[in-house]
Amino acid sequence: MAESKPQPKVKKKAVPIPKQPPEVRKHNFNEVALGYTEEQALEEASRCLQCPKPQCISGCPVEIDIPAFIKLLREGKYEEAIRKIKEKNSLPAICGRVCPQEEQCQKMCVLGKVGDPVSIGRLERFLADWERARGFTIPEKAPPTGKRVAVIGAGPAGLTVAADLAKLGHEVVIFEALHLPGGVLVYGIPEFRLPKSIVQAEVDYIKKLGVELKLGYLIGRTYTIPELLKERGFDAVFIGTGAGLPQFLGVPGENLGGIYSANEFLIRVNLMKSYAFPEYDTPIRIGKHVVVIGGGNVAMDSARSALRLGAEQVCIVYRRSREEMPARKEEIENAEEEGIICKFLAAPTRFIGDEKGWVKQMECICMELGPPDESGRRRPVPVKGSEFLMDVDTVIIAIGRTPNPIIQRTTEGLAVTKWGTIVADENGKTSLEGVYAGGDIVTGEATVISAMGAGKRAARAIHEYLMSKK
Amino acid sequence: MKMYEVVRAEELAPKIKLFEVYAPEIAEKARPGQFIIVIVGEKGERVPLTIAGYDAKKGTVTFVFNEVGKTTKQLGTLKKGHCIWNITGPLGNPSEIKNFGKVLCVAGGVMIAPMLLQVKALREAGNTVVTVMGARIKELLFFKDEMKALSHKFYVATDDGSEGYKGLDFLKDVLAAEKFDRCIAMGPVPMLQAVCELTKPYGIPTIVTLMPIMVDGMGMCGVCRVSVGGQMKFGCVDGPEFDGHLVDFEQLIKRQRMFLPEERLSALLWELGGCGCGGK
Repeated sequence: MAESKPQPKVKKKAVPIPKQPPEVRKHNFNEVALGYTEEQALEEASRCLQCPKPQCISGCPVEIDIPAFIKLLREGKYEEAIRKIKEKNSLPAICGRVCPQEEQCQKMCVLGKVGDPVSIGRLERFLADWERARGFTIPEKAPPTGKRVAVIGAGPAGLTVAADLAKLGHEVVIFEALHLPGGVLVYGIPEFRLPKSIVQAEVDYIKKLGVELKLGYLIGRTYTIPELLKERGFDAVFIGTGAGLPQFLGVPGENLGGIYSANEFLIRVNLMKSYAFPEYDTPIRIGKHVVVIGGGNVAMDSARSALRLGAEQVCIVYRRSREEMPARKEEIENAEEEGIICKFLAAPTRFIGDEKGWVKQMECICMELGPPDESGRRRPVPVKGSEFLMDVDTVIIAIGRTPNPIIQRTTEGLAVTKWGTIVADENGKTSLEGVYAGGDIVTGEATVISAMGAGKRAARAIHEYLMSKK
Repeated sequence: MKMYEVVRAEELAPKIKLFEVYAPEIAEKARPGQFIIVIVGEKGERVPLTIAGYDAKKGTVTFVFNEVGKTTKQLGTLKKGHCIWNITGPLGNPSEIKNFGKVLCVAGGVMIAPMLLQVKALREAGNTVVTVMGARIKELLFFKDEMKALSHKFYVATDDGSEGYKGLDFLKDVLAAEKFDRCIAMGPVPMLQAVCELTKPYGIPTIVTLMPIMVDGMGMCGVCRVSVGGQMKFGCVDGPEFDGHLVDFEQLIKRQRMFLPEERLSALLWELGGCGCGGK
């Protein structure tokens, strides 16, 4: 299998990833994509051209040396290959599953011009799963620096900062407000897309690097940032509190029973495991006719979860058309394969309830696409008199999330934008000395990997700051 | 002492229990009006409970609960020395405490406990405090002596009239006879609604503590949304205290019943001696 030179003939087709069949998977919460076998991984890896000037790396927010790890993989040096990834990325099993590679590394892959790009994400996942099955080896850490860093939020940004700074010899404590670590990885992304045992394993790896994890600490309430710096002996703080506040539509009837924010719905299902109610205490009620409002990944996750909870019919209502849908193409395909219906160019105008205060109908208005708005996508415009009714008994509103305001409200002098995000430069430096921020709390709702990229840059900046400080 | 260890467990009335738990960071920060989220075990739900006391020196937080649902029943089985799985807090905004003048405090059920904390703080701020405490039946009243000792005037009411006044109708006379600068109400939603209807004609600013259904309790899920003056507010981060004259109580009552069948099932399975897994 060892070959370091590009093959003369280009293999245009990627090795497909085995999946649970739609008819089976729509009734369970097990992972949909099953991952490459060793043979499949080696075959896919053999497609890599090992470009002398690789483009893929520039598409990776955490700058993984992709050709190098693929070369090691196809030489059968799995241990070295995963080490190569982990030089840059402490959470490969997660990224291999939820990164939008088609928009990043794989978009840049030269092979994409003639056929399918190399399935970099699937190879990353293969190596991460291979390593997890064997047990982690802990990399060597720099000698202790005596510096202490508080990381707020155990999501993708916070975990990355913590891992990087721990490796550099700093003492790191993560304060997580929820009772489990992982942030959006545990409360947002469903089990069938990212098994929680994988998040737990990656968090365990970070703990093995010496990072201390404190759960149930809401910074801003339990401690404030000035207290962490002045009274609790921390030399720097990283804020990675994400975009956790749900947005609502602001239409009449939104407070009826049976109407969930996507956050509530997914927190119940994922974090609180209400799909296993009553073994787990947190209940969820799912009706026969479920409607999900929105067109992003969160909408797909909500719709597919509702289906698995036993809904007869799940319909996604999106105000633009398929082309503007922000969800990953793969996830839209997965959802449609499972029988989820997409209704485009419609938006709810009100909800109608029964005498008990439970939603029974949703009134929508049809939309048409006008000229592009500031997001570059064509703006939906309501069509007068086009209202129609849908019978519904569960509604999930997945139209976006905004930053959690608790830290901003309790930290004097911290500069905040009008959208409530924290002002930070490209290295995460905020308006306060020793305070850094990154991820959704700075950019607004984005991806796991972009939060990790921000975490990496912030970790570098924090390290420099700490080492320059007497 | 272990984290979240129960250092004191007392039965104040049938099915009403007081726990004092070791949680030094919360004890240091807690203020009247705030709440904590309690998770009994690994498979437990997140339940908001109003803080009824704190002692920064001992590092303890006190709360009182009614054993009505699965979680509170399970909590009630814990004894001194046992540990609660996780507690997060303090959450929510602290109460506004200052010298308002004359304050009418109306408390019902388990919320009598946090009201005692509130009354203490109001007294320390120099207020004249008139207290009303109520329960369904006289057996469910507790902290009577403590409350009486702290109040300038003190009334008791029960739904069945087994002690003190029958219902809250007597408040009409109290409100007609005396002028109040503020009213604070803590208790079951129908009681809060009744108090607000009584104080409204007199234009007394009336603050109600709302404990809608919550999951995270930190602003993430939005299940605790209440309509206040036509605006959507979150009980956990915008509250838990609101201007009672602006709250849509009818909607709140309906929202509190959203998961009633599931809550009953869960409690029943617990009563049947299961772990809730139905024998799986």
